[in-house]
Amino acid sequence: MNTTRLRHGPPLDFKGGCVDLSHGGGGRAMAQLIDELFVHAFDNEWLRQMNDQACFAVPVGRMVMATDSHVVSPLFFPGGDIGSLSVHGTINDVAMAGARPLYLAAGFILEEGFPLAQLERIVESMAAAAQEAGVAVVTGDTKVVERGKGDGVFITTTGVGVVPPGVEISGDRARPGDRVLVSGTMGDHGVAIMSFRENLSFGTTIRSDTAALHGLVAAMLQAAPGIRCLRDPTRGGLATTLNEFARQSGVGFFLMESAIPVRPQVSAACELLGLDPLYVANEGKLVAVCAPQDAERLLAAMRAHPLGRDAADIGEVTADARQFVQMQTAFGGTRMVDWLSGEQLPRIC
Amino acid sequence: MRHLDEYRDGALARVLAHKIAGAAQARPQYRLMEFCGGHTHAISRYGIVDLLPANVNMIHGPGCPVCVLPTGRIDNAIELAAQQPLTLCTYADTLRVPASGRSSLMQAKARGADIRMVYSVADALRLAQEHPARETVFFAIGFETTAPSTAQAIRAAERLQLKNFSVFCNHVLTPPAMAEILGAPRAPGAGAAGIDGVVGPGHVSCIIGSRPYEPVAEQYRRPVVIAGFEPLDLMQTVLMLLRQINQNRYQVENEYTRAVTHAGNVRAQELMAQVFELRDSFEWRGLGEIAHSAYRLRPGYGRFDAERRYGIAYRRAAENKACECGAILRGSKQPGDCRVFGTGCTPEHPLGACMVSSEGACAAHYSYGRFRETATAAAAA
Repeated sequence: MNTTRLRHGPPLDFKGGCVDLSHGGGGRAMAQLIDELFVHAFDNEWLRQMNDQACFAVPVGRMVMATDSHVVSPLFFPGGDIGSLSVHGTINDVAMAGARPLYLAAGFILEEGFPLAQLERIVESMAAAAQEAGVAVVTGDTKVVERGKGDGVFITTTGVGVVPPGVEISGDRARPGDRVLVSGTMGDHGVAIMSFRENLSFGTTIRSDTAALHGLVAAMLQAAPGIRCLRDPTRGGLATTLNEFARQSGVGFFLMESAIPVRPQVSAACELLGLDPLYVANEGKLVAVCAPQDAERLLAAMRAHPLGRDAADIGEVTADARQFVQMQTAFGGTRMVDWLSGEQLPRIC
Repeated sequence: MRHLDEYRDGALARVLAHKIAGAAQARPQYRLMEFCGGHTHAISRYGIVDLLPANVNMIHGPGCPVCVLPTGRIDNAIELAAQQPLTLCTYADTLRVPASGRSSLMQAKARGADIRMVYSVADALRLAQEHPARETVFFAIGFETTAPSTAQAIRAAERLQLKNFSVFCNHVLTPPAMAEILGAPRAPGAGAAGIDGVVGPGHVSCIIGSRPYEPVAEQYRRPVVIAGFEPLDLMQTVLMLLRQINQNRYQVENEYTRAVTHAGNVRAQELMAQVFELRDSFEWRGLGEIAHSAYRLRPGYGRFDAERRYGIAYRRAAENKACECGAILRGSKQPGDCRVFGTGCTPEHPLGACMVSSEGACAAHYSYGRFRETATAAAAA
């Protein structure tokens, strides 16, 4: 292992300094940023090798790979920041295949002038999230763009993981009669960000639900290895995920609005902001489709996990060639829960 | 939130549904028009039709601001933005309304016209203040709900002595349009208006009060009940209308007492009266020319009037032939009766204005209720 480090001169000024173009230039300044910030925070044997890639052994089986770019504004929000979000987002995409996430790669696009103090806070938050999830950030890349060409920092993470034998999870496996389960309250992340932006207050602060879900998924697979579909309803929310499943599987869905968990503060904020919680992003929730005979066991396993305490059975898969997602409203009528159309929320993940 | 839950209570809804079913037995059919697009949206979103008996029909009215704006007015705005070195500001939905020649403000923006989406006229005013060398025009649309804020912005521009701010005023008035619909002769073979009662606008009535509907109800002998936007408000309003119809009454009643008074918001009315005057006539999409149905700026505010400043001349433009928006806005057809509904015309690619705004009858039906359409078609096939 090569532990020789370049001598950089005085250390980076994490209090008052800011990113400049040389931090992406490939020279000493970039090497210093990598050493003193990234390697220091993510510290692991692969990073310490200082290669342009990470080389690691993998367990036998099917691998899963996922990538996700994060452009959230504001960068820091109640319950998280772009750093923790970028780790959780990709871990969750890998986990939704039923996989155990193993390694992450991280690409940073930094804007000239971005305060190093904020960058340090973001990277430390990523490192903490990765460590808590037991997933190492093993390689990365940094680019700097001129002032005005970025928005502080954009982070792209890529993750790999391995699916245990016997697990077959895919959005095209929903069958009529299957049950639909969610792991908790809907819309927390999107509303946390929107209400933070709009300075709305609802007695208590609404916090983002950002979290890594692979532990919950592992517990769920233990209870019901035959889970058919899993997805984390991020952009576009629950409604979008179910419409995707409907199209992939060629089925319909019928939901009971009164069974869908939504925090009262989130409902209230949605009223004020003109949003529908079913279309608002989550970053620490999942939707599962399973055979009816598995539903009870799966729900119990979800509720026994800290990230699934508020899990609920919200409806069923129907035979519908039109692939409509319909819902009985709490009021007693029926309506469609269609694909999102028109305006979307501004950058929230 | 508890406050809202009270207005969405499923158990109370069932009680009201039972009462409505009882009241609806007196006549073979009740045709009720909800004038306002906000009500259309609520009816679709909560699936209220499922709680009404089959002989109580909700007819969607013209109360969606972008829907009633005729193509010619959008053409005017596009021409203005494309040919003059100025910034045109308007509400988001307006950008997507189809104009002549498959154009729209969105298309004009993509081709380089300086068109900005704003949330309020105050944003347009701020833009004018921040860029004194650039002319800013606010493309004002909407009913009496948004007209007071436009009036206020014009007063503010006067106070600030802004020389680069003007308004292309297209504010329209509710009572004349309601009278036009109730007075329309039954179109041959189309089932046509034949409206037995009107669900009166909620937000508009907060401003103008319930009084202006009284002459309309009296003249056309039709009951008007002003309604709130929660589903129980609408159920209660339907019941109130049915009772009036059964008793041959035609009064203006107010279900939305928590927001609407008889006199309305007098300060807002005074503000509008100071800044605006009635146009002799104004074209509405679907309804045609209606006398005294829209505002323009008073001559005293002429320097803020984009029509005078840029010499905008209104030209009537043909609507898309395949589109049934006109008949839908008059209440003589339903969205599902249009042959391009859901095929040639969708929220992503609207042919007609009713598919643009979420308050438009077609967009609301497409997003929340079109399963009924295909269910009927499948049953018929």
